[in-house]
Amino acid sequence: MRLELRGITKRFPGVLANDHIDLDVADGEIHALLGENGAGKTTLMNVLYGLYRADEGNILLDGNVVTFNSPRDAIAAGIGMVHQHFMLVQVFTVTENLMLGAEDTGPLGMLDIGEARRRVEDISKRFALEVDPDTRIEDLPVGVQQRAEIIKALYREAKVLILDEPTAVLTPQETEELFRVMRSLKTDYGTSIIFITHKLKEVLAVAERITVLRAGRVVGSTRPKQTSEEELAAMMVGRAVRLEVEKGPASPGEPVLQVDGLSVHNERGQVAVDDVSFEVRAGEVLGVAGVQGNGQTELVETITGLRSPVAGRILIGGRDLTGASPRKVHRAGTGHVPEDRIGDGLVLAFSVADNLVLNTYDVQPFARRGVRDERAVEDAAENRVKDFDIRTPSIDAPVAHLSGGNQQKVIVARELSRPITLLVASQPTRGLDVGSTSYIHQRIVRARDAGTAVLLVSPELDEVLSLSDRIAVMYRGRMVAILAAAEASREEVGLLMAGAAPAAAGAPERGSR
Amino acid sequence: MSEQVEDEARAAGAPPGGTRAAAEGFVPPKESAWRAVLVPLLALVTALAIGAVIIVFSDPEVLEEWKFFFDDPGAALGASGKAIADAYGALFAGSLGSPIVIFDAFASGDASQIAVAFRPLSETVVATTPLIFGGLSVALGFRAGLFNIGAEGQITAGATAAAFVGFSISGLPVWIHLPLAILAGLVGGAIWGAVPGILKARTGAHEVIVTIMMNYVSFRLLDFLLRGEVFRRPERTDPISKPIEESARLPLLFGQDLRIHAGIILALLVAWAVWYLLFRTTKGFEFRAVGANPDAARYAGIKVGGSFVLVMTLAGGLAGLGGASQLLGGVTLYSMTPGFSSGLGFDSIALALLGRAHPVGIIAAAFMFGILRAGAVRMQAATATPVDIIVVIQALVIVFIAAPALVRAIYRIRERRAERAPASAAKEAA
Repeated sequence: MRLELRGITKRFPGVLANDHIDLDVADGEIHALLGENGAGKTTLMNVLYGLYRADEGNILLDGNVVTFNSPRDAIAAGIGMVHQHFMLVQVFTVTENLMLGAEDTGPLGMLDIGEARRRVEDISKRFALEVDPDTRIEDLPVGVQQRAEIIKALYREAKVLILDEPTAVLTPQETEELFRVMRSLKTDYGTSIIFITHKLKEVLAVAERITVLRAGRVVGSTRPKQTSEEELAAMMVGRAVRLEVEKGPASPGEPVLQVDGLSVHNERGQVAVDDVSFEVRAGEVLGVAGVQGNGQTELVETITGLRSPVAGRILIGGRDLTGASPRKVHRAGTGHVPEDRIGDGLVLAFSVADNLVLNTYDVQPFARRGVRDERAVEDAAENRVKDFDIRTPSIDAPVAHLSGGNQQKVIVARELSRPITLLVASQPTRGLDVGSTSYIHQRIVRARDAGTAVLLVSPELDEVLSLSDRIAVMYRGRMVAILAAAEASREEVGLLMAGAAPAAAGAPERGSR
Repeated sequence: MSEQVEDEARAAGAPPGGTRAAAEGFVPPKESAWRAVLVPLLALVTALAIGAVIIVFSDPEVLEEWKFFFDDPGAALGASGKAIADAYGALFAGSLGSPIVIFDAFASGDASQIAVAFRPLSETVVATTPLIFGGLSVALGFRAGLFNIGAEGQITAGATAAAFVGFSISGLPVWIHLPLAILAGLVGGAIWGAVPGILKARTGAHEVIVTIMMNYVSFRLLDFLLRGEVFRRPERTDPISKPIEESARLPLLFGQDLRIHAGIILALLVAWAVWYLLFRTTKGFEFRAVGANPDAARYAGIKVGGSFVLVMTLAGGLAGLGGASQLLGGVTLYSMTPGFSSGLGFDSIALALLGRAHPVGIIAAAFMFGILRAGAVRMQAATATPVDIIVVIQALVIVFIAAPALVRAIYRIRERRAERAPASAAKEAA
């Protein structure tokens, strides 16, 4: 089905989210919609999906103007959307989820699960989307849950499929698999796909056409063969961006963080971190690579005092801080950029200023004898907003009103403007746009150059490779290898992440997953 | 100790964010003063309007007129209007007084006449006083993400402790005995609040359940004490406590003719103290952080379990002060009887919501509830309108406050940009 958006304009009070956007998606085309956070991608798709009504402009399907008052209308017209956060009922089976809202009923309104199940199997076979219709969603890996979402859209006979940041939650292997599915949908069934992302490599790998949005406007449309990562990044940001992290050689000093024989259990009492030992020296970045869920989260939580280990020792600056409270770890000179910035790093309802002192609110100069010094807090906030280029209407604005990139800058500013000797950064650029990512990378390198020991944890291999001086690979709770970054190849680290034994990592054949 | 508490809470699998969903809706996001006032005010107006309809329908004479609506619509509407005007007129005359009466009283220059003219206002303030304490208690909990249903029991516990100190010691000067009795109220309530706080921090027991149970314990404990030797007034057979010694009584502010007592001054001071605690001290910052996002608070090194204990203890203490003020102020004739708290603690929950968990809002909301409580008596006496109508109006106010979207829809107030645009921005960012 051919989809055209003509002059779509959507205003929110004070914000022009979409400004006369034109978009053409040809029949059976994979069309990437590229843009930074806040560029208006999601708003545009919500208009297309009937969640918002455009203030101006038309939607045309195969040349006919259509109006959508609700997602129900959009679905009926053949538009399917896979949201970034899946819309699945965790305790329902795949089949039950797919039926939800489009139930087949037999006599007396009885649910016809058998029929639905047959259709799921049929779609699954036809489109080569393997999934067991009787498994409960909560028991499926994220990649398969996403597959279920795609099948859900196909179950409703979608001709245009919108994928909103579909790779954000996937491993590299799952991403490849998704691309295979996208290509097969397109060539074999003529499904048009709108692929929303801010990852440049993926756009070049899978899209046929690329439309770039910036500040609510279309800034250009191009094809992968005619462009490059640098050019796309410049279009998105509006100026030339350095994609490579600029950094000189490290000059490591004394060990700051020493972890010795550390073992940690997760909530279910299973071993999550298994006898891990390593150290991070002043002035170096140790990057921990690994597919998410291999113990990195538990490792970081234990180092920062949020979780108690079952065995082993943690020394920071020579002091034994095994099992110490988060406060003690902070005060020993540790900065922590948590993995989940909204859940753990910020109090969204609090102002930017208050979030900037979230863990130093009770020390001089921000408080004296238990009473807060608002002036000192505000002065510090003004400075940090300036220093770290945090885009906010004011320091009193709730941090919830900031974009993801600026929220992350608030956390980084908070952690880096204390005197710290160790920075623990967990996925510091997750979900951030090119501009913010590059800024935060620079800041981390600058902290390293100033003599801070940095422990970087990230499932994004590129990030680990470009920032680290040494690379540790975690697999199933163990640190399977620690390599010097200069000697580590992308392939080698990738294989170690997938569980290949270190000795076999250099061998040409691929390790089993 | 709180560090240990924290660890144990973790070990016990206490969900630090367990009450987040329950309580976070009650503390509204930062907003302009106008916005903060608008919705509660419209909620009140709407509730009064619906109350008016009920007044019409509860008056048999007016209903009689409605039978002939098509013959004489004027009579039906007129009778309805009169019934509403009479009822609400009496409500406000009974709670705020009438300007004419006040003017005449001053003109006459007769002190007792002036006192009579101000009696409605005095009664309203008397009704307002314990509600301020209770509202502050519940609001403090809301701010820290805790739903303190236990103000009722904490009031009872505080008053019981204050009563014991108040009647069992004699011969002390006022400036020692009275503070001592007030302190006893604070401590009694604090103990009652601390128990759910500690249980929540250590075991993850939900404070709603525990505070409700603590309410029952306090009621029955009071019943038990009032039958025992220590509390029971020897010359009486019914359960009533010994009277509070003169030296432990809160002074009346305007002489014997008016019941208004010094408790209101204490209440306003305490409201200021709570405001200062919440918005000026580091502890208050911790409480608010724990309430708004317990996970982030924990990451920032704040001891969430310790905050729960401290907040519940303080909240209990505030309600306990309310109980002490009620008792020592002579509202219950300086003695304890069964059912002492008489729903004050439950009204407090409502008005903490109405006052948006802010001390200034709570004073305003408590005064409003005071007006309704004090005026209801006169309303029932002067018109056929039953006093229960006030309960209905109070309940309606809460419904509208709890569902601000409803009020916005009725009055077509546009949602703030903050609620929409960032929602989509956040989606895009995540």
